Amino acid sequence: MTGNSNRRGLSFYLLAAFFGLFVLFLYGPIATITILSFQGPEGGLTFPMNGVSIHWFRNLFEQQAVGDFGGSFRRSIALGLTVMVLTVLFSLLAGFAFRRRFPGSGALFYLAVASLIVPSILVSLGIGLLFNILGIEPAWHSSALGAHLTWTLPFGLLIVFAIFNRFNSAYEEAARDLGATPWQTVRHVVLPILLPSLIGVGLFGFTLSYDEFARTLMTAGSFNTLPLEIYGMTTNVTTPVLYALGTLTTLFSFTVIGLFLAGVAILRRRRLRRTGAAR
Amino acid sequence: MTVTAVPPEASSASAAPRGGGVRRSVLRRAVPYLQAGPLALTLLVFLLIPILTIVAVSFWDYDSIRIYPDFVLTNYEELLTSPVTWKTYLNTVKFAALTWVITLLIGFTVAYFLAFHVQSTTWQMVLFLVCTIPFWTSNIIRMISWIPFLGRNGLLNSGLISAGLIDRPLEFLLFSDFAVVLAFVHLYALFMVVPIFNSMMRIDRALVEAARDGGASAAQVVWNVILPLAKPGIAIGSIFVVTLVMGDFITVRLMSGGQSASIGLMIANEISLLQYPAAAANAVVLLAVVLIMVVAMLRIVDIRKEL
Repeated sequence: MTGNSNRRGLSFYLLAAFFGLFVLFLYGPIATITILSFQGPEGGLTFPMNGVSIHWFRNLFEQQAVGDFGGSFRRSIALGLTVMVLTVLFSLLAGFAFRRRFPGSGALFYLAVASLIVPSILVSLGIGLLFNILGIEPAWHSSALGAHLTWTLPFGLLIVFAIFNRFNSAYEEAARDLGATPWQTVRHVVLPILLPSLIGVGLFGFTLSYDEFARTLMTAGSFNTLPLEIYGMTTNVTTPVLYALGTLTTLFSFTVIGLFLAGVAILRRRRLRRTGAAR
Repeated sequence: MTVTAVPPEASSASAAPRGGGVRRSVLRRAVPYLQAGPLALTLLVFLLIPILTIVAVSFWDYDSIRIYPDFVLTNYEELLTSPVTWKTYLNTVKFAALTWVITLLIGFTVAYFLAFHVQSTTWQMVLFLVCTIPFWTSNIIRMISWIPFLGRNGLLNSGLISAGLIDRPLEFLLFSDFAVVLAFVHLYALFMVVPIFNSMMRIDRALVEAARDGGASAAQVVWNVILPLAKPGIAIGSIFVVTLVMGDFITVRLMSGGQSASIGLMIANEISLLQYPAAAANAVVLLAVVLIMVVAMLRIVDIRKEL
């Protein structure tokens, strides 16, 4: 391992410094607004801090003029959870189908990839127009749900592809040789192996939907989701209450990500323990 | 795989009457369609048909109150003969090009550091997660969070003033093209880091060793070995970044304070004025431009092999 010590030369430290700056660039702004959301009641949108208080957080919950913050939050959560479940289910099912070539598989694959490439505003406009022409009222639980799925499903599908490409089908063959039915093989062999990655797909589904703005714009109907509400606030709110909302939603996102990661870690550890015991 | 599937299949088929076997093979052929059905249906209803709707509506007529089914080319005529369109396209392409170059440099450097200079796998995972977590938080909040930094009385200006480098706040920091590109880089650098890192992790370390043994300098290894092998990741990252920037309207609106334009913003404005056919024609042209760019980039790589 002499190569390692050689490599830790000047270039390592330069690259590490660059990486550090990149992380600062990623997290610095959000850290700044987190600090500023604790501005005193007289404080403004920028430094200096004019005292420290939780005035703006309280303001966020009492002042109804800001908008329907609670309702939009609930809608975003419900939508995010629905998108999460459907994304995991649909992309897993499709992943099974794509393990073998079938007539039309190529076209479907390109359609899924196209879904990532088509600008969000086109999806928004297209679904809005379609509902308009058909005379259906757009709503967050119908048109916006579909719009979000066009963004989360391709990610889910690509992740499932990646999983299956690394999947050792010897496990399935072993299960079959031991007399398992196809359903038993899936239920007791394939799914447990895939579970951690499926949690990842779920994370993508929930967070991408929870934060989606452009695809919701024309498809949410008369009730806003949280990103639409926040966007509305940016145009007419000029107090740190905006930062308080930003801090809270980011905190919420971090909590969700943390829970998902913890879930994966626990599964891994449990599996390690179990295989260790089997030995 | 089909071979190994035969024994249990055969044993159960021999137990069942013959007709059951035939029905089973029909069922078998239908299985992938049942499995892929929900995905296909969703994409059909919420992607393909809406886009066809846009194409159809782009030929419709409209006045200030409503839109009429028709077949007119005026929407395209007005769009393509207006100098505003061309200027806006130029501006959008400028944003895309600047963002692409900057995110590529950052993405390659960060991925190279993670893949080749961080030795422990645990640290690699941790640092990679640190890079990807912001991807799962709100874009709008991430844009807003630049205000206290770049504003007139923001951290950067007051820092530069107290350091004696400038004596008046710089006006171009917030609500400018600079702010737009900065926000794009901030939002989309991840889309470069992740696929390039993925490509780099698949590079056989023996190739790097061989190059070094052959007397290549570190820079030569990066340029002649790692860069060519990381090309698929670069192409995928580039497709993400370019298409996201080309279709964006919210970043441009928020970060330029309404002082700059992009095609997405132009479409969003037409939508808010209820000029749907004009917006649709604009959207069709944008889609064509984006698809041409993507096809050009796909010539470099077969993404299906990269998963």
